[in-house]
Amino acid sequence: MNVFVNLGATTLHKLQAIGNASLMLWGALFAVPRLKNIPLTIYQIYVLGVQSLLIIIVSGLFIGMVMALQGYTILVNYGAEGSLGPMVALSLLRELGPVVTALLFAGRAGSALTAEIGLMKATEQLSSLEMMAVDPLRRVIAPRFWAGMISMPMLAIIFSAVGILGGHVVGVDWLGVDAGSYWSIMQATVEWEADVLNGVIKSVVFGLVVLWIALYKGYSAIPTSEGISKATTETVVVSSLTILGLDFVLTALMFGVN
Amino acid sequence: MTSRKTELLVGIFVAITIAATLLLALQVANKGVSGSSETYTVFAKFDNIGGLKARSSVKVGGVVVGRVSRIYLDDKELIPVVQMEISMDYINTFPETSSVSILTAGLLGEQYVGLQPGFIFPGEDPIFLEQDSFVVDTKSALVLEDLIGQFLFSRDSSS
Repeated sequence: MNVFVNLGATTLHKLQAIGNASLMLWGALFAVPRLKNIPLTIYQIYVLGVQSLLIIIVSGLFIGMVMALQGYTILVNYGAEGSLGPMVALSLLRELGPVVTALLFAGRAGSALTAEIGLMKATEQLSSLEMMAVDPLRRVIAPRFWAGMISMPMLAIIFSAVGILGGHVVGVDWLGVDAGSYWSIMQATVEWEADVLNGVIKSVVFGLVVLWIALYKGYSAIPTSEGISKATTETVVVSSLTILGLDFVLTALMFGVN
Repeated sequence: MTSRKTELLVGIFVAITIAATLLLALQVANKGVSGSSETYTVFAKFDNIGGLKARSSVKVGGVVVGRVSRIYLDDKELIPVVQMEISMDYINTFPETSSVSILTAGLLGEQYVGLQPGFIFPGEDPIFLEQDSFVVDTKSALVLEDLIGQFLFSRDSSS
């Protein structure tokens, strides 16, 4: 009998958490039209976007280079090394750009957000804001949410572009694929709406997911050192799994066989 | 609060993103060149289009002059009709006697429409391909299975 009681209690607890998270997202979404929050948001773009730039550029470069190296060794067997360009570009734009950026973003920015907000809660900064009649959703959550939503697609675009350039360095400069065919077959294959814009849509969705999870985990963290460390771990684990699961759904919807 | 340095770094971040978007738009997806120019529509009927798809290119001697916009089945004759958008730069260039064939780029490459400009007889007023004209002389895609079938059949009958 205890099993059923526990199952029910867990389900209710999870549902309550989802409701709580949705209310928080709602509050953050509609806290935009505050002119004085714009400097706060710009500062958060610096924290979330600019400070993630280095890891994004370096990993984009190396992933593009590795893809060119791996793709070349297989394609050259069929004399199809001209297709290296579209292979690198399509896999970066459609999949690796949004997904790897979101995973890195969850690890680099999401965990920091959870820890920061959890510590704010533990040191009762959020309560003090409420005491001063300042809505913490508006003052703390919303700027971080919107800054992340702006930064994430930008980082994904930079990742893809740097990766394609990295593929060019390895494929054309080192392995001797013809530069003309690298770019021209890529141009003939990659489509603006279908490939580039769908990749950006993916990164927006992943950004929403990562930020929502990170902010909620921080906001609802148990205000002890152990609770914060647990919340930070959960942010990275849950958002990584959600990204990978959602990626399959989005890919099936966008590029799946009709 | 935001200091001057933060704003500058965010500005650099935005500038890098714009540069990356431009790279993706112009260099990777080739958005600016192919999408903007005006086109005229030409149709061609084939017996078999093989692996031709919408957005395959139309080439004259290797130069891309247009793209396949739509492929559909003629509802009376039940044969495929390929609708092509040719760039306005090439209006009044190709004579009506031009022929189109479906070719393959390399052994494993994608299929494209090859346009072979026809003759202009000296002394006559040339008639050019224009909006909504049909190209009459068409050659279908090479289907490997048919070719093997023909080969086997011809060998069988000769022995």
